[in-house]
Parts: sequence; C-alpha cells; structure tokens
Amino acid sequence: MKERVWIKDEGIERGAEALTPERIERTINAVLGNETGARLMAYVETCVHCGLCSEACHFYLSRDKDPSYAPVGKVKQTIWPMLKHKGKVSVEFMKQATQIAQTECNLCRRCVQYCPFGIDIAYMMSLVRRIVHKLELTPLYIQDTAHSHSATLNQMWVKDDEWIDALHWQEDEIREEIPNARIPLEKEGADIMYSVIGPEPKFRTQLIYQAAVIMNVAGLNWTMPATPGWDNSDMAMFTGDSEIMARLKRAHFETAARLRVKKIVMGECGHAFRSVYDTGNRVLGWRMPPIPVIHALEFYWDLLNEGRIKVAKQIEEPVTFHDPCNVVRGRGLHEKAREVVRAFCKNLVEMHPNREHNLCCAAGGGVINCGPPFKNARVESNSAKAEQLKATGVKLCIAPCHNCHGGLDDIIHKYGLDMELKFLGEIIYECMEKPEA
Amino acid sequence: MTPQAQWDWSIGSKTVFDLAVNNDEIAWREENEASPDGEQIAAIVRTQDETFTVQVNDELWPNQFDRVWYLRYSPDGRLTALVNDGDWKLCIDGEPWEEGYGFVWNTLFSQDGSVIACCVSDSMQYGMIKDGEIWPNLFINANNFVLSTDGSHTAAAVQTIPLGQAEIFKFKQGVFSVAVDGEAWDRNFVNVWTPVISPDGTHVAAQVRLNLFDYTIACNGNTWNETFAQVWEPCFHPKTNAIAAPVRLGGKWGLAVDGQVVWKPHFFQVWHQRYTPDGNHIVAIVCPQYGRWTVAKDGISWKNTFGDMLLDLTLSSNGQRIAAVGKENERWTIIVDDKIWPNNYDMCWKPVFSPNGEHVACKVERSKKYTIIIDGAPYNRDFSHCWNPVFNQDGTLILIRGIIDNKYIRIVEKVSNILK
Repeated sequence: MKERVWIKDEGIERGAEALTPERIERTINAVLGNETGARLMAYVETCVHCGLCSEACHFYLSRDKDPSYAPVGKVKQTIWPMLKHKGKVSVEFMKQATQIAQTECNLCRRCVQYCPFGIDIAYMMSLVRRIVHKLELTPLYIQDTAHSHSATLNQMWVKDDEWIDALHWQEDEIREEIPNARIPLEKEGADIMYSVIGPEPKFRTQLIYQAAVIMNVAGLNWTMPATPGWDNSDMAMFTGDSEIMARLKRAHFETAARLRVKKIVMGECGHAFRSVYDTGNRVLGWRMPPIPVIHALEFYWDLLNEGRIKVAKQIEEPVTFHDPCNVVRGRGLHEKAREVVRAFCKNLVEMHPNREHNLCCAAGGGVINCGPPFKNARVESNSAKAEQLKATGVKLCIAPCHNCHGGLDDIIHKYGLDMELKFLGEIIYECMEKPEA
Repeated sequence: MTPQAQWDWSIGSKTVFDLAVNNDEIAWREENEASPDGEQIAAIVRTQDETFTVQVNDELWPNQFDRVWYLRYSPDGRLTALVNDGDWKLCIDGEPWEEGYGFVWNTLFSQDGSVIACCVSDSMQYGMIKDGEIWPNLFINANNFVLSTDGSHTAAAVQTIPLGQAEIFKFKQGVFSVAVDGEAWDRNFVNVWTPVISPDGTHVAAQVRLNLFDYTIACNGNTWNETFAQVWEPCFHPKTNAIAAPVRLGGKWGLAVDGQVVWKPHFFQVWHQRYTPDGNHIVAIVCPQYGRWTVAKDGISWKNTFGDMLLDLTLSSNGQRIAAVGKENERWTIIVDDKIWPNNYDMCWKPVFSPNGEHVACKVERSKKYTIIIDGAPYNRDFSHCWNPVFNQDGTLILIRGIIDNKYIRIVEKVSNILK
C-alpha cells in the first residue's frame, strides 16, 4: 500500500506555529455555528457509513483502496472529530485536516453520485477549507494565488497594463494570419464578453489567439474588457476565502454589465465555470449568473450548429476526450462536447467510465495550485486516471480545462503515456474553415 | 465645445455625416463615438498603409500611429485616444501629449471634462498622469485609479513594498497603500481597494483589509475603529465628508457611516450606495430577499424587485427621484421611483434625468435595433446604433444621436412630442 506522507508545506507549518488550542476551538465553532446549518447536519446525520462513496474516488482507487483516502474516510478525519470534540482538536490534527481537505480531495463531486443519499462530501471538504483559511493554515502556493486575486483581481499577479498589452500583442499576431482580425477592447454593447483565466495572458496566450480567430471567423460581435474583471478564475473559492471570491465575481459580472453584453463566453476552464455559474454568483445574492455565462464547450457547439464555423478537415488519428468535472457533473456539457469533438475528429475513443462518471484529473479543486510540495503525492494518487488514459490506446487527448491540462500532463509524464494534450479550441482552430486567412 | 446651453437646440434632424461615403485612405473603421453635442462622429480607422488614425466626420487626424485605442469624448467635447508612435501617449483632438511612456491606459475625465487623466506604466513603475503631468512618485504596481469629480486630485491603490514569489507572510504584513497625487499614505494594509476622493478634495477613503479576515474603511490613512466581515466601496457625504459604506456583519449586509451601523444588517447584499445631493438621504442597491434586487432609501426597500440584476442607480440632480436598470427573466427595463416601465428590452442603458428631474430617458435595444425611451414612451424611429440622449436645460427638448441607413443623424425633438 502506498503510504501517506504528511507533507511539510511552509504555509501550513508556519501557520500552525501561530495556532493555539483556544483559537482552533473558537474558529471551528464559529464557522460551524455561524456558517452552517441544516445541510451539514443532514449530511452528518444521514451518512450510514456504508462506504459506497469509496469506489468513486480516484485517490482511494489509486492508493490501493486505502480507506483513509475514501471520501467518507476524509470526513472521518476532518469534520466528524471537529463536531464530536466541539472544536477541541490539536494543532497536529488541523495540519493533517488541511492536507486532506486541501490536497487530497479535488471537490470533483463524483462521490455524490455514488452515495445512496447524495451526500455532498465536497461541501464538507470546502467547509474544512473555510476553517483552514480562518486558521491561516492554507498551503503556501494556493494562498499566494488567492493573494494575487485579492490584490489584482486575477490569479497570476497580472498588472493592469500587462493584460491590455497581451491582447494588443495577440491582435498583432492574428493579423499575420487574418489581416483584418480584431480583438475589440471595451466595446460597449457587444453581444459577447469573452473572459479567460489568469494564466492565458501570462503563458498560454495562444489560447487567446485561437479564441480570437474563432470569434473573427464566426463573425461575432464580441469584446474583451481592458479593466480588472477580465479573469473568471477563482482560487479563493478553493481556499475558503468566500469574501475574496465574492469580490472577484462582483468585478467579473459588473464588468460584463458595464459593457452591456448579452452574455459572457468563457474559455476552457472548469473551476472558473463553477465559480461563475454556481458558487461565486450565489455568495453575492444572485441565484443564477446575472449575465448568462456560456462555457467554451457549449459555445463551440452553438457555433457549429448555427453554421458560424465550418469543418475544413478532421483529425485523422484517434483521440480521446476527458470530461472536466465542473462542466460535466456541474453543467452536463458532455454530449455537446462530444458532438463538437466528433465533428472535428474522425475517431473518438472513449475512456471508461466516461461522461458524468469520468475520473477527475486530480488537479482540480485547487489541488494542483498547492504547488510543488504536493505534486508527487497528487500524481501518485491518480494512477487510476493513468490506467484509464492508457487503455484508450490513443496518443491525443482533448481536455477542455486548464487544471485538467496541468493534472493530466503530470500524469502522462509520470506514467510514461506518450500522449499529447490539446484544448478543444486548439483542435477547432486547426481544423476549421478560415476564409479570410 | 460650447457650453450645453449654447448647443444647437433647433428642433429638427440633420445628417452630420454619411458613413457610407468611401474614403480611399481607409481600410477599415472601428466603433463610432458621437460627441456630446452630437456635432461629430469619430472612429479609429485603419489606413491603407497599415497605420491607425482617427476620423472625425469626414476628416482624418493629421498624425498616424502604430496603434490607436480607447477613443473617448471628454464631457467638454474634446476627443481623446491612446496612441502609440513608438511611445504611448494620450492624444487630444489629434495632438499627442509631448511626453511618451511605456504604456498609458484608462483615460479619466473630471465631471465637466476640463481635466483629463490616465494611468501610466514606465520602466515597470506605475502611477497616473493628469493633464500631462506625471506623478512625482511611481510605484511597483498601482490599480483602482480615480480622478476626483472636480479634477483636482488623483488617487490609486499602490504597492509600496516589493513581493517575491509566494511571500505570503510578507503579504500579510501589508504592502499596499493609497497614493494621492503620487504621495502614498504612511501606512500599509493587507489590501486596498477603490479609493474615493471627497467632493472638496480634502479626504480620500478606501476599502482596506487589515488581515485576512477584518475589513474596514480607511480615510487619509486612518481606519475606522470598527471592523467588519466584508465592506464595499465607500462614498462621501456631499457636505460633511462623512463616509458611508456597505458592511457585512453576522452574514448579512447593512450600511455604516463613519463606522457606526445605520442600516441594520438584514440584507443579502448592499452596494452602490450614494448620498442624495443634499446629503439628507442614502440610497443603495440592495438584495432584501435572496435572489431579489431593488433600491433602498435610508434602509427601506422598494416594493418592486428584480430577480436577475439591478444596476445603474441614478439620482435626479435634486435628489428627489431615483432610477435604475433592472433585469427579470433575461429582459431589461427601467424602474423609476419604485414604478417599473411597462415594456422590456434586450438591453437598457443608464437612465438620464432631465436637469429638473421631471423626465427620465435612456437608450434601449430590441431585436438589434436601438432607440430612446422617455418616461417609458419610445421615440418613433429606430436606429442601427444610438447613444444615450441628452436633455436641454429646462427639460423640454432632447438631443438624440443615432445612425440610420449608415447616416449619422443629429436630432433635437420636443420631449412632449415623444410623450404624446
């Protein structure tokens, strides 16, 4: 059995140095008392400890079915003792609870589907993260990302001018291919605001390029903001910092409202969709996004079905498709995604299980953002995904999510899978008709 | 541009510029901007020799640039753009500022347009430029830029201490402050957001985070004694410089003035609060019931609510009337004094009150056509594009600026004719 290692992380270790039993007790009871209610109690009281959730978890499957990695095992090591002891838990307990909740659960919600009562263990892990945040124990790297969100409203410390400069640069690049193409900035009254996540202007600018080409070829009335509010991502959601999450989502939606767009189209990011479509809007008082949010997968499907983009060629080699948790379990986009994949690729080889039962990449939920200290453990904890990928026998995997890319890339390298990863937008860009080019 | 009273308020319609007329020098034209008085229409254009300039009616600016963006009219009618000719400059009516910088962006105008400012970065240092004068001190980073209403001061959230990669403990010691006209407060905070300058220019207030959990308001570097679970941007009393800000306590939102809670925290959200011009009342956008949005005055919510969104809280100049844009079931409309206009639209723009507050108008979009609405009544012509209308001083006339059949048209119409 792969033995769990309690990993030393500077954020956790130095945070723990400042803890006292009194602060732990006070904080846990404050969060549980003031920020939870019937939902938590229903989950705690309803669970019959059947363990059916275990088989759902890629950590459990990849860790030789070690029950401490089962979803219920994670609850047993975190929330239950906090409740049972009324917050009287040790510093060491909190350090371990931090590792479990923050790095050994991707909040992927696969286990919800396996629980006979539909208990949302991801909710309970998020609650632990909220306590961890209040105790200032959050792992170093994801805390730094949350700090970036707070200071710049984007996750990569991108300064106001750097964002605009990246868009100008990409517009210049596109014009080498499509001479009249534009990335319209601050175009009030456009139909669409296109939003991306912080890493795109930082080191994945080709995705902005490809999206802009798709927008131009499709002849859409679109814009991108030249102000903070452009980043739809949200690591604060994953550190339990609901207040910063609220600030980010307010900026995002108010930017779209200021630009008078009809909808926000977002790039291929899963967690950002969860924040924009579910958690971030709701923490502000909006039941649903106040400006409709369309994930890239749905957007591509719309474009294809409206005839705005056309297939010029198809990928000949077999491909497989990874279902990102937040847009498949969170939005049900698996069939639309497959329709787009099949339009541009001749041979889609399914992973098994797939669609809403697909295994997580192990990067999501902010786990990859906890950085190098946890990388080996994270990758070791997803041999199940590696086996799933390997069984397809293909050399090209389409993964329409940034975190999934990071997670799958690590798995591909660790397990020697000889597989290339692509975003779906990359495939479309490669294979669509580009009359003006 | 002449003062508004001296604009051409003759009733009638005139074609200012025929956009269909070809100019052989132009390869393509970007978004149109109409001048406040309606006498000009301008756009960034790409020239045949692959440079950029600006076309105003049928004339091109004499200078051409590698890039031009953010074309905006100042309220006083001057046309501004951000241009690159090797350096970045702000260009006003075709004349670039003399000094060039690494980058400039986010052009800001004083209320009357007499002062123009923008943000600047140069050699990885950040600040602001006002009327061509750069701040005496620049910073490692700056954002949340603001120009005071009267144009006398500028302010921004600034980073005063460098941060290395993942220095989360240094971050918690506070590396951000507020700079006013380039001079930073002598105190740092964990975070600083949305500086606001008082009407008399003597005070600057901002949201601050003192640690990872405690939020409050700081004014001229001094914080309120009280802390909250969350705050939003502050606003100043128009006469006393008292500061009002939404605050969150016990999971609900209320409003505090100078740190004291004046609206009990029972809302799911409170934001965009404003004092009435006489300073006697505070109005805000609120969420009194989860998922329902309306306006509250002095903490009392209106009866009508919207499920999707409410924005653009607008007061008449006498403060007696309040309007906002609301959205319900994906349809937009206007609410004025708790009465919802009967029709809804694909989009509504910010409401505009007549100077005496008697009428309210706005630009709307329906089925890709645009027009203006006054007090709920539509103007009888649709446009392929139009701009928000402008009332004359006594509110009897309205200036409509729009494009029909590729012709930019300036219309002055009697308000009473539209209301018939």
